[in-house]
Amino acid sequence: MIGPIGLTGRIGLIRTTNIVGHSTLPVDHLEPLKGWGGAVASAAYVFRPSTVEQLREAFQVARETGRTITLRGAGRSYGDAALGRENVAIDFTRMNRILEWDPTNGIITCEPGVTIAQLWRYVIEDGYWPPVVPGTMFVTLGGALGMNLHGKNNFKAGPIGDHVLSFDFLSAAGDEHHINRETEADLFYSIIGSFGMFGCFTRITLKMKRVYSGDLDVKVFECANLSELFKLYDKQLPESDYLVGWIDAFASGAGFGRSIVHQANYLAAGVDPTPTQSLRAEHQDLPDTILGLMPKSIMWIFLRPFTNALGMKFVNWAKFVSSRISPKKQLRQAHAAFAFLLDYVPNWKKSYGHGGLIQFQSFVPKESAEQVFHKQIERCQAEKLVPYLAVFKRHRLDGFLMTHAVDGYSLALDFKVTRKNREKLWKLTEKLNAIVLAAGGRFYMAKDATLTPEAFRQYLGDETLARFRELKKRFDPEGILESELSRRLLPARD
Amino acid sequence: MKQFKRTIVIGASSGIGRALAEQLLAGGASVALVGRNREAMDQVRAKASLGAAHVYQHDVMHYSEVPALFQQIAHDLGGLDLIIYNSGVMPTVDEHEYSFEKDREMIEINVLGAIAWLDEAAKRFEQTKSGTIVGISSIAGDRGRRGNPAYGTSKAALTTFLEAFRNRLSQFGVKVVTIKPGFIDTEMVRGKPGLFWLISPERAASIILQAAHRGKSTVYVPGRWRFVSLILRCIPSFIFRHLPV
Repeated sequence: MIGPIGLTGRIGLIRTTNIVGHSTLPVDHLEPLKGWGGAVASAAYVFRPSTVEQLREAFQVARETGRTITLRGAGRSYGDAALGRENVAIDFTRMNRILEWDPTNGIITCEPGVTIAQLWRYVIEDGYWPPVVPGTMFVTLGGALGMNLHGKNNFKAGPIGDHVLSFDFLSAAGDEHHINRETEADLFYSIIGSFGMFGCFTRITLKMKRVYSGDLDVKVFECANLSELFKLYDKQLPESDYLVGWIDAFASGAGFGRSIVHQANYLAAGVDPTPTQSLRAEHQDLPDTILGLMPKSIMWIFLRPFTNALGMKFVNWAKFVSSRISPKKQLRQAHAAFAFLLDYVPNWKKSYGHGGLIQFQSFVPKESAEQVFHKQIERCQAEKLVPYLAVFKRHRLDGFLMTHAVDGYSLALDFKVTRKNREKLWKLTEKLNAIVLAAGGRFYMAKDATLTPEAFRQYLGDETLARFRELKKRFDPEGILESELSRRLLPARD
Repeated sequence: MKQFKRTIVIGASSGIGRALAEQLLAGGASVALVGRNREAMDQVRAKASLGAAHVYQHDVMHYSEVPALFQQIAHDLGGLDLIIYNSGVMPTVDEHEYSFEKDREMIEINVLGAIAWLDEAAKRFEQTKSGTIVGISSIAGDRGRRGNPAYGTSKAALTTFLEAFRNRLSQFGVKVVTIKPGFIDTEMVRGKPGLFWLISPERAASIILQAAHRGKSTVYVPGRWRFVSLILRCIPSFIFRHLPV
């Protein structure tokens, strides 16, 4: 009996026609799913196991009904990485227990559905912070490892996989493995970042970062153009723990690529006079209101009239100018306030309207990054499809099989999607891909919605793809794990 | 206007159903053709230069097949935006004929088959909070006419069923469209006496799809039948029983 995931009383095997050879799935599990950006959608039969036993049962349901399975964390991938289509989607958000925590060495063991928010809330008062966090705290650890996500400190800390010590893994074939970074390095570096194509993480052990304050020292810089931005990064990088740039993609002429950079550094022991206070979870909580008056939950409604080319041109200009005239160039900011910008205005993506948004993020070696990003922004402006938000980061190489990292830079471009511009936008991303691939650049599956199989093959290389397929065959011989992303990028071969 | 990419047409072998399938395919949609006559549906598939046609041989009176087949079709199409129930029969019934066999067949195909399929669609659309259901009813359901009592009854039942679905499902963003054709030049009516304002199945299909795209509630095909229906419904019963309709 599979009561807790709602299969009690499911309809039995129906073989009354030659068309249908499997039992039916319970319709009450059918849910509309969307990529986080809202631009891609589908429906799937969602199961939310809370134990490994139930997880196995969900796999069994898929086999009995002849369906594939998509693994899903919090559904925070921008594109179609966590979307299934008319198949079984396993949502890990109920497998969200913190299993062990040792504040003496910062080692924590969790289930895969634990979110980054749960993680930092749990450890901060002991003087720890997750070593790598994305722009939102609502991703799950399982999803984070599946994508091997990075943060604003990628150039220094690497991706989250670099902080994992070991994990338990249930392959699609049903075998359980304990993978240790030291003793099973090959599998360790291959499974992390494999976007849910081999199996599921069931238990993850990672090391938290020791911090001596709940605050960061933040410095703000303005750059008049793209070239200045690269120069500033070169200069500030050695003395930064975090570094993130925002570019006004609408600016042209002498101000092309004008930007604002935020640098943040941990406070050394003894610098914060009241660490006990700043390390309280409440100190990290993002405010619920703007200026103490307007609830942030309704802010997106006021953003909506500006979420168009003209409005966003003004917003980008105003952001740059206000930063430039602001005398406040140094501040203390809580870790959460600095890290989780995407959570600052709840539901902000609703301001993009029904079509949602896509994010095009490319990673380019440092030697050609300036030229590539210049061309990308120029191309967007020429096609009158200017990204409303452009975020710039520095990266370093890592040892993961399916890595998106380069010794270079990334630029993430947010585009509004409408029924009218959709086709043109997808074509534009193909042109942007070509620029990136010519420079030996890479892409990131947590963001992608538009890449083609050929571009995927080109950036990973045949050798990496062959190794990926070999592991896929080993861990998932039936090919039961798939997502809309894998269907798009890894079409079945003859 | 709604765009339909993934669609099911039940009763797609001939007449309006076939024309609907052909037009949906011509618009680039993926269409599941469901019906008894596999050969006829294969012809539609073979002729389709755009869209993707999937053929499923099925007798709508085999109700127990429906849940699994419906789910399989949704899987094959990769989702579902529109379902059209077009299956229907209208055997010739003489003025003094009271045939339970004929009447049962009409109720089973015209009503129970529709309920079997549309229940599945409703369950799905309520969950996914989107979708359009189109039922091909008839102006014949607007009054109890002497010519074919069971046919009128079956269409009246279908009309009421669709109205109830519309009232149930609108809160989930689901559109339910009732289509009431007059005389359409199909096998069903061909050779019958007293036909007028006859239109082709292709013209009817075009009107029906336009109504579905716009999410209309009740549409007469063609529109002039709305006025005929209004007049018929206004005639008092004691007069109506003497009319030769």
